[in-house]
Amino acid sequence: MARAVSQNTKIGYTIAAWLVALLIFFPILYAIITSLKTEQEAIAGFDLIPSFTLESYREVQSQYNYFRPFMNSVIIAIGSTVLALIVAVPAAWAMAFAPTKRTKDILMWMLSTKMMPAVAVLVPIYLIFLKTGLMDTRIGLVIVLMLMNLPIVVWMLYTYFREIPGEILEAARMDGATLGQEIVHVLTPMAVPGIASTLLLNVILAWNEAFWTIQLTTTNAAPLSAFIASFSSPQGLFWAKLSAASVMAIAPILIMGWFSQKQLVRGLTFGAVK
Amino acid sequence: MATRQTQSLARLMRAPAIILLLIWMIVPLAMTLYYSFLNYNLLNPASTSWAGWFNYQYFYTDPAFFEAIWNTLILVLGVLCITVVGGILIALLIDKPIFGQGIVRILVISPFFVMPPVAALIWKNMIMHPSYGVLADVAKFFGLQPVDWFAQFPLFSIIVIVAWQWLPFATLILLTSLQSLDGEQMEAAEMDGASALSRFFYLTLPHMARAITVVILIQTIFLLGVYAEILVTTNGGPGNASTNLTYLIYRAARLNFDIGGAAAGGIIAVILANFVAIFLMRAVGKNLD
Amino acid sequence: MGSITLKNVRKAFGEVEVIPGVDLTIEDGEFVVFVGPSGCGKSTLLRLIAGLEDVTSGGISIDGKDVTDAGPAQRGLAMVFQSYALYPHMSVRKNIAFPLKMAKMSEAEQEKRVSHAAKILNLDSYLDRKPGQLSGGQRQRVAIGRAIVREPSAFLFDEPLSNLDAALRVNMRVEISELHNSLKTTMIYVTHDQVEAMTMADKIVVLRAGRVEQVGSPLELYSRPANRFVGGFIGSPNMNFIEGEDAARHGAHTIGIRPKHWKLSQAEGEFPGTVGVAEHLGSDTFLHIDLDNGAHIIARAAGEFPVHHGDRIFLTPQEGRIYKFGQDGLAL
Repeated sequence: MARAVSQNTKIGYTIAAWLVALLIFFPILYAIITSLKTEQEAIAGFDLIPSFTLESYREVQSQYNYFRPFMNSVIIAIGSTVLALIVAVPAAWAMAFAPTKRTKDILMWMLSTKMMPAVAVLVPIYLIFLKTGLMDTRIGLVIVLMLMNLPIVVWMLYTYFREIPGEILEAARMDGATLGQEIVHVLTPMAVPGIASTLLLNVILAWNEAFWTIQLTTTNAAPLSAFIASFSSPQGLFWAKLSAASVMAIAPILIMGWFSQKQLVRGLTFGAVK
Repeated sequence: MATRQTQSLARLMRAPAIILLLIWMIVPLAMTLYYSFLNYNLLNPASTSWAGWFNYQYFYTDPAFFEAIWNTLILVLGVLCITVVGGILIALLIDKPIFGQGIVRILVISPFFVMPPVAALIWKNMIMHPSYGVLADVAKFFGLQPVDWFAQFPLFSIIVIVAWQWLPFATLILLTSLQSLDGEQMEAAEMDGASALSRFFYLTLPHMARAITVVILIQTIFLLGVYAEILVTTNGGPGNASTNLTYLIYRAARLNFDIGGAAAGGIIAVILANFVAIFLMRAVGKNLD
Repeated sequence: MGSITLKNVRKAFGEVEVIPGVDLTIEDGEFVVFVGPSGCGKSTLLRLIAGLEDVTSGGISIDGKDVTDAGPAQRGLAMVFQSYALYPHMSVRKNIAFPLKMAKMSEAEQEKRVSHAAKILNLDSYLDRKPGQLSGGQRQRVAIGRAIVREPSAFLFDEPLSNLDAALRVNMRVEISELHNSLKTTMIYVTHDQVEAMTMADKIVVLRAGRVEQVGSPLELYSRPANRFVGGFIGSPNMNFIEGEDAARHGAHTIGIRPKHWKLSQAEGEFPGTVGVAEHLGSDTFLHIDLDNGAHIIARAAGEFPVHHGDRIFLTPQEGRIYKFGQDGLAL
């Protein structure tokens, strides 16, 4: 609708939209502000201007060894995603480019495994972890998160791969490319953007996972979600330090998320909304 | 692409993902089913015995169970109402010509990327805390008594937090759908004399129907499993006032070490989730061809 | 070289038989067009020749060599796809050079062939662009360029012009015909557009429901259609068909008269009727006429013909220009 909107209307909408947006963003903003306050300022009543001290950030690291859960998060999120991609890329490739009559059923079934409530398998997974010594290990969490997110990864890749026209792959074969050459020269360059978005979304999901991480770790392998959750008790961190830990935990993912808005819609709706 | 060689290769490429998921789905579920018929407590594993339907009966006669089902329902419906209605309104607003649309979008979707424990702790300590929270400051400013949210309205407080996390998701998807609405269709309706309100109800809303369905179904799947938010705020209390099914099962398994009972609860959760799943699969399946 | 022979080629997708059995010989250097309505199996037939689909039974040989089980790359054919199927991440130069790179040709030879193809196709100044930055016609040329550098024994075209606008389509039609004249390589061209078939082909293969209805030169098909389907499909506007008593009078179940083969009169004639829409194009006049016997027909008059909506008109088929078909649709 290429109609000129009067300047006043536009300003009106702008003010309304910004008010709503700031209201929604406020808790995050306030956490950022509080993280820059001293502990006294943090509980001294509403104040949007902090003293801009980085003290809380330093103390979170020195008192609680923040770096450890942070690295656990990085390793678990990236590890589970990469593993899932290794399994999912060939599967999605096969389903997109050599579909059979059952492909649709297989995809639907994969989706259905995602519908299984995590808590329903809490008991067996917990017991298996206890008995096999996987409890509180990074590798255990990597495996569980990889399996948990595998259906989404397959689906996302599948919807991306399906957008690569089959004719292009046929053209490559007519041009004399072997299957290997087809994958290296044609398929991979065209699939990289889709794989990258899938990777991004999956890292976000794995990073923010908070059920299994809390259930299956104690201190050794606890990633940030479990680490932060342990401060729910009243004698936990003070406000400013809690804010600093929170800001550091969400900042990397927040920034990744901003870059992956479009892919997010696609990935989380299994391609139903683009 | 339909040559024989490709097909056999394709089978090989599909196999690992399918086998892994098959194991992931069947093994734990079968174990849960098995445990649900056992008297099995981790504190006293030696006296494990066959329980028959006892665990299910126990769940069924436990008042906490019905309270948890009820809380789960309220939590899911409450969050859905807030996010869908709010999402539609915010999407309509952001879709209007405004200055700084990109930044507004970023601000609005941000809560979605905040991990549940962090979201819950920010709300618990900095927003809803009865003495130090922003809401308490606002109440004091107007000379009112600050509300102790998690003590007085525990379930409502959790609904607010979860809705805050999921509102961005609903907004983003509905906005995407809104932006695919054909502008000419709108202009045609305007030429036909449709008012802004009837344009919304007869064109915009039906166009978004599919996206709304998807939002409802996908959110329901995740909302049935809300856990960390309850753990770090109310611990399910006071009493069972904010205990949902997930939390109840967690408590049975991890705090009471009642493996049999937790497994029976898990099976009930699976049945509940399946109701939703069937609808979701239909909606998504239609989009496959 | 590029003679292609199909022997009783059959293709079924599961239960569905798409090609029930086709025998066809394509001579070296011929421009053959597969034409037919959508779903007639013409693209499938082309893909069978290309090796992109396996034949269910029967055999295909190229230059006398059996290639039924050979992969697409081993058949020495080049194909231009409907969507052009350009590699979006490669420049035009790399797109055209791709088949040469796959054949492990030396860099120098690649460069030589690419620049030669670019010259033929007027692509010199676009070589470093990506396909996304090209217009439809230019993409089409790149696709053709990628095909010719291989010096294949035959070119396969799968509805290559259907994504272009009308004016460009006419231009590209002429360009492809000229390319055939200069390369003298076998070309197999699939289209649903009978105008493309008539203007470009040495030999037309008319297909319906996977069966070959007729094979012949454009003019053979036009003047001697083997059956009612071919008669109706070839020629524009379409042939008019009249059945019943009026046809029986001419000793046929159905008679077909081409729009330009009517004698028009405002006084008398064999078939009286009323003018519906009259399209006055200057060089021709097309009249849509409702005959009194209920048939709706189109007649073409050369130059201007001064009738209007609702006028009475009388038509008589020109002597010897009546196509007669039996009850089974075959020409009598």
